[in-house]
Amino acid sequence: MPGLEDLYREIILDHYRSPRNRGELPSPPAVRAEGFNPLCGDEIVVTVEMADDAVRDIKIGGTGCSISQSSASLMSAAVKGKPVAEVRDLITTFKAMMSIHEATLPAAGEGEGSTPADDAEPAAVDVEAIGELAALQGVVKFPVRIKCATLSWNTLAQALDEAGAPA
Amino acid sequence: MNRTDGPGPGGFDAATVAKDFPLLGREVNGRPIVYLDSAASSQKPTAVLDAMREYDETTHANVHRGVYAIAEEATRRFEEARIEVGRFIGARVPDREVVFTKNATEAINLVAHAWGRTHLRAGDAVVLTEMEHHANIVPWQMLAAERGIELRWLPVDEQGRLVLDDLDRLLDGARLLGVTVMSNVLGTLNPVSRLAAAAHAAGAVVVADACQSVPHLPTDVTALGADFVAFSAHKMLGPTGIGVLWGRDELLAELPPFLGGGEMILDVRKEGFTPNDIPWRFEAGTPPITEAVGLGAAVGYLRHLGMEAVRHHDLHLTRYALAALDERFGTDLTVFGPPEAAARGGVISFALGDLHPHDISQILDEYGVCVRAGHHCAKPLMRRLGVTATARASFAPYSDESDVDALVEALAAAVRFFA
Repeated sequence: MPGLEDLYREIILDHYRSPRNRGELPSPPAVRAEGFNPLCGDEIVVTVEMADDAVRDIKIGGTGCSISQSSASLMSAAVKGKPVAEVRDLITTFKAMMSIHEATLPAAGEGEGSTPADDAEPAAVDVEAIGELAALQGVVKFPVRIKCATLSWNTLAQALDEAGAPA
Repeated sequence: MNRTDGPGPGGFDAATVAKDFPLLGREVNGRPIVYLDSAASSQKPTAVLDAMREYDETTHANVHRGVYAIAEEATRRFEEARIEVGRFIGARVPDREVVFTKNATEAINLVAHAWGRTHLRAGDAVVLTEMEHHANIVPWQMLAAERGIELRWLPVDEQGRLVLDDLDRLLDGARLLGVTVMSNVLGTLNPVSRLAAAAHAAGAVVVADACQSVPHLPTDVTALGADFVAFSAHKMLGPTGIGVLWGRDELLAELPPFLGGGEMILDVRKEGFTPNDIPWRFEAGTPPITEAVGLGAAVGYLRHLGMEAVRHHDLHLTRYALAALDERFGTDLTVFGPPEAAARGGVISFALGDLHPHDISQILDEYGVCVRAGHHCAKPLMRRLGVTATARASFAPYSDESDVDALVEALAAAVRFFA
């Protein structure tokens, strides 16, 4: 039985208590996307400002539990200022880390760490490469909370799509 | 807290009742389970589990078909369960007015489909309350989109009560009123008989969602005044997979079938079919027979406890819980719904500081305490309350003060954890 300390790591609680990049960027010029978790009613608003195929600025609005809020906060810190291609890779890596079934793993792209979808081996996530985000690894042991952790990431992907950023 | 004013005259001891429920003997995270999510689904007593097992081991066959002994016995058991349920809710004609469905959601969809499609036309209005469960909203929204029907909403006030000031205007031109007898979020007990009288005066029929009230209060469908009443077995100590639609004989008798197939017909020719009489007209295909037997046993168990005693116990425990939560957390804790216990059933939704219900529920789980966290399938009400989710504790006859005490202690731990 996984313990609470697996879920609520100190970094997570820190980002929950003092969320980074809170708020909303004026849209336009920023692109705005809303995400909903039908399970708990959580709503998240991601606004991103793009420049030269990079995420120049990002803000997170909405309400949610400590896991969804801290995941969003960690995500905003991790992607701010990064080229879109890198952000897309990070989204793929993060979602692979949050996958409990091989079938739900994203199809292999150029990025390392992914495996073909028909491969029974779980994706090897390079935990070193994702820094503080690795704190969210324990969420996988609490399957109901996975959607809380991935909500902001799916919403960011949606925002990138809407911004016409290269996939 | 005063623990000596327990069960009243003719009452029961909840701790003794709990011994009838095998699941309540298990542990969660090394602690005895504290099950406070009976409004979502209740646990089953040995009497229900045994009845279902005994039926399956000795009697099972398809109903209304075979002429051999066990097929006739199975049919008799199935129909006896129907009568048992009908009597339990005060049905005048239990053998005709009780329809077995998959669940309460299907029961309401049955009304929307069979009654709605034959009685509602473009421009007609359907009135719903802001505190309805999605099950009594979405079927009407689907019909509204298809037929051009206007949906109107009976508002909820700050204390979680229906606002009736505008009732007559809202009902003017309405053909149907959908109302929950007891809110699954607020616990509010609605004045359904008064609403039904007003609806009938305006020419509207009334669909009552009784999922929460049937397990908590004595139910008399005649006194309630509704035309259709829906509820689910698995919230009243019975099994999943079976629900009930009660409808007034004369209303049901004139309705067309809902689903088509076996059981619901008298005759089928290549040219068409002749529907069966009620209630079988609405029970296409092989029904949940074992589950009906289980529901019958659940009704028997509740009858044995006595629904007046169940209500007394529920009221006592609600009062105890409201006082205990207030004493421990004061203004840090907000209880949604009417402040006085007498105006509500055994369901308490709350917010604790700025803790998210998911986080509360996660910490509570560590203490073996099971509560519901979420929107409770009542998002319009959540929006009205200005929240995205609440935590909810709910009671059953097996719940007692020790469960409330465990809840309070676990909540205090959650506050400490996120401080």
